[in-house]
Amino acid sequence: MSQHDQKIDKELFRIVGVQNEEAEKLSNKSVSFWKEVFLRFSQNKLAIIGLIVLMAVILMAIFVPVFSQYNYREQLGVYNAAPSLSHWFGTDDLGRDVFVRVWEGARISLFIGITAAVIDLIIGVLWGSISGLAGGRVDNIMMRIADVLTAVPYLLVVIVLLVVLQPGLVPMIIALSITGWINMARIVRGEVLSIKNQEYVLAARTLGANTKHLIIRHLIPNALGAILVTMTLTVPSAIFTESFLSYLGLGVPAPTASWGTMASEGNNAITNAPWRLLFPALFISLTIFAFNAVGDGLRDALDPKLRK
Amino acid sequence: MAKKLVEIKNLKQYFGSPSNPIKAVDGISFDIYEGETLGLVGESGCGKSTTGRSIIRLYDITGGEVLFNGENVHDKKSGKDLKKFNREMQMIFQDPYASLNPRMTAGEIIAEGFIIHGLYKNKKERQEKITSLLEAVGLNKEHANRYAHEFSGGQRQRIGIARALSLDPSFIIADEPISALDVSIQAQVVNLLKQIQKDRGLTYLFIAHDLSMVKYISDRIAVMYSGKIVEVGPADDIYNSPVHPYTKSLLSAIPLPDPISETKRTRIPYTHEEQDETASFHPVNDKHFVYGTEKSFQKWMNNTSI
Amino acid sequence: MSETILKVKDLKINFKTYAGIVQAVRGVNFELNVGETLAIVGESGSGKSVTSNALMKLIPQPPGIYESGEILFNGRDLIPLSDKEMTKVRGNDIAMIFQDPMTSLNPTMKIGRQITEVILKHKKVTRSDAKNRAIELLTQVGIPMPEKRYNQYPHEFSGGMRQRVVIAIALAADPKLLIADEPTTALDVTIQAQILELMKEIQKKSNTSIIFITHDLGVVANIADRVAVMYAGQIVEYGTVNEIFYNPKHPYTWGLLGSMPDLDNKSDELLRTIPGSPPDLIHPPKGDAFAPRNEFAMAIDYEKEPPMFQVSETHFAKTWLLHPDAPEIPIPDAVARRIEGFLAKEDQVNG
Ligand SMILES: Nc1ncnc2c1ncn2[C@@H]1O[C@H](COP(=O)(O)OP(=O)(O)OP(=O)(O)O)[C@@H](O)[C@H]1O
Ligand SMILES: Nc1ncnc2c1ncn2[C@@H]1O[C@H](COP(=O)(O)OP(=O)(O)OP(=O)(O)O)[C@@H](O)[C@H]1O
Ligand SMILES: [Mg+2]
Ligand SMILES: [Mg+2]
Repeated sequence: MSQHDQKIDKELFRIVGVQNEEAEKLSNKSVSFWKEVFLRFSQNKLAIIGLIVLMAVILMAIFVPVFSQYNYREQLGVYNAAPSLSHWFGTDDLGRDVFVRVWEGARISLFIGITAAVIDLIIGVLWGSISGLAGGRVDNIMMRIADVLTAVPYLLVVIVLLVVLQPGLVPMIIALSITGWINMARIVRGEVLSIKNQEYVLAARTLGANTKHLIIRHLIPNALGAILVTMTLTVPSAIFTESFLSYLGLGVPAPTASWGTMASEGNNAITNAPWRLLFPALFISLTIFAFNAVGDGLRDALDPKLRK
Repeated sequence: MAKKLVEIKNLKQYFGSPSNPIKAVDGISFDIYEGETLGLVGESGCGKSTTGRSIIRLYDITGGEVLFNGENVHDKKSGKDLKKFNREMQMIFQDPYASLNPRMTAGEIIAEGFIIHGLYKNKKERQEKITSLLEAVGLNKEHANRYAHEFSGGQRQRIGIARALSLDPSFIIADEPISALDVSIQAQVVNLLKQIQKDRGLTYLFIAHDLSMVKYISDRIAVMYSGKIVEVGPADDIYNSPVHPYTKSLLSAIPLPDPISETKRTRIPYTHEEQDETASFHPVNDKHFVYGTEKSFQKWMNNTSI
Repeated sequence: MSETILKVKDLKINFKTYAGIVQAVRGVNFELNVGETLAIVGESGSGKSVTSNALMKLIPQPPGIYESGEILFNGRDLIPLSDKEMTKVRGNDIAMIFQDPMTSLNPTMKIGRQITEVILKHKKVTRSDAKNRAIELLTQVGIPMPEKRYNQYPHEFSGGMRQRVVIAIALAADPKLLIADEPTTALDVTIQAQILELMKEIQKKSNTSIIFITHDLGVVANIADRVAVMYAGQIVEYGTVNEIFYNPKHPYTWGLLGSMPDLDNKSDELLRTIPGSPPDLIHPPKGDAFAPRNEFAMAIDYEKEPPMFQVSETHFAKTWLLHPDAPEIPIPDAVARRIEGFLAKEDQVNG
């Protein structure tokens, strides 16, 4: 605590008062919530790699079967040929090009995964938000139903279903969705319960908002993040389950190829044509990894506090 | 004497199972006169917020009635009646962070009431109205496109006030609007509340536990304890000649920014005496009332020097 | 008689964040005597908690950095001490109480056990002695039926009771210095008053030194011997409680005193406010950090940081207004009137 005694220009001791023109100043640039999420997401290397892999897989799935010189059911007469310049991933026991079949399989697997996720989304969001919004008795009953469904052994249900309905795309999607929505419903319910007691929702209610307004303006925008993350994480789990069921022989029937069916068939030829298992397995893993990386990246970007 | 704007009659709000309810508000009655500020004070958990939220219909009340301009608020059934009532009565919340939707801009937050009530459909007109509300709370039109997290606590609270003013209400319930703010910012918000009250002829129910602020802003004060109003009267009477022992205890506990008097302050402890069914409001004078049985009231009056 | 227990010299604490380096504490100096209470006041973000956590070496590193300074406790600098050495100091010599009692209590452990554990860690006593001491402490902090309460869990206590238990734990090892970071902010006024009485009583009995952090000036007036007013990471005014309340020199202190209503305020006059909001500590303004909110700011305030000017032997203020060349600025009316009112009331009582 010192007394400085330097000479200071007397002129400087004139009162000039508050010199901040704009008293209510804000930082220069305005960033919306989603823009900030985007910025944080783009700083996450793993998530970006995941996103690139995902885009690549989707583009390949769309274009390879269209532009390839082979068709996925075409029998070319060369059986179990090793990868070469003319058949990048080799051929299978019926002489079909594995490269084309892998990307045809990608279409099926992605279709199944995404459709299952969308169905989960629709049922889960409706169920969860009605349950959370209604509260009390209704909430109790709806959540008990969900509990009971989760308690039934999953594989048993699927096997019964597939036996009754004949294997195919539609039964597979039904099988995946029959309990898949419950996770989404629980998450949405949790979000709704916490959001509906927030003061900004109370404020909207005192302004006279009806339920529809509350859902559209407050509940959805604020629950969207959690819903998006859950959905991104549902796709890989559906792809995995599909592959797993196909591997068990419960999948889509020939000649349609999903990654799971291809891997299952490839498994029989593991000694003489290992590429038939290798490539579908590789893409199953890669896609599942990519979806998970994107999902985790999204979650971190949405709620940076959760990150350690 | 001013007109009664809000009349609360034997209001009850219970929570939990009907067999063993939490009696958050347990039969309270009071009036709020047009143009005044009624302060509601009491310890944490005594039922202040519940009272405010029941009045504005955020809860379905357990019993009693709330009259606004002579009309029963909780009777209203038709959407049109409700909307009319929503425009008259608004609320300002405590938490400057939780009370603004993080996904909306200040402009969207202020315009929410317009959307709900279908007002100012013309875009330019709506923009002008938003600007004038922002200016009324000391912000400006550049702020309309900013998101809630870009504002400081005091600025957020002012956006909450602008939202409450958007439908031109005549009555505002402010539930601890300043307790989450810094002292220097509290003064800004309190001054603003006083200013707009003067400009717009508003009536306030001001809930708080900071008694010096309540004394400053209120015309009359109601003291609440454990779900009941124990004393109500003009602010000066409550502060200078409290009768109920709980009020005395509360006042004796407020620390003042005056070190010399602080060294001499003695706190009066309070032990609650259960009042039986004969308890009612007893007048100390024509504006000052105390709740209790006849016997307790006499005893308390004897302990009070007026 | 007044022996110094703590001396803080030029303490600077930074935090490395992704937006830049936050200069949370920018050169803080103060001293504390044995048996005295120092109150630190200031608005949110001014660096009160960072300062007090720094004394206990509780700043997380990273992101925190002890940029410079010394913390001399009984003459020994705490900054270079290892974690292990610091553990001995914490609890034993210096104890801390936080705002939210639940963060310092273990919800799954009985209250009694939480107190005896501290005693056993710092003192060589038997279990039953520790238990007796714990019950004594519970009695001392005003918990009725301490024998029964000893075997209860934190959730069975009310907020005020929990804070008492936290105080009992803090006192368990007879610390020489007690740091309380807003211990009453979350409590009702009546309970706050009880806690303040309790702390003063303990201080009288065991001659403990206290650092009390708050933003409530009423609480400061009640408990403090000395006051440090903080703004933007610096102490801007420092003095005895009477000097700060009856002869404030810094315009920020005037602002704080003026923005709080007292019970005699006329309700038709507006409160004084401090315009604007506190500065960004990543880019602290040049010169006096308070200048952009100060109606009496001078040209020099925007140029050069003021030094600490000495007002009396115990009173210092960091404002260019105290420079001999500065114009005479009287205390703003509203604040002056209030102070006169307080002093007049005093004279009335005495004379
Ligand atoms: N939705 C609810 N469900 C169950 N109990 C509730 C609910 N809301 C409030 N309570 C209870 O009612 C009582 C009164 O609560 P209220 O929030 O009105 O108190 P308050 O006076 O506003 O307190 P504070 O000063 O802490 O805000 C408390 O015991 C509380 O736990
Ligand atoms: N771990 C951290 N990382 C980054 N910045 C921090 C960290 N801890 C504190 N700060 C910053 O240091 C500054 C001072 O904070 P501090 O907690 O000391 O304020 P305070 O005076 O105690 O405020 P309050 O009254 O709100 O408790 C703030 O700007 C805060 O953002
Ligand atoms: Mg409340
Ligand atoms: Mg702090």
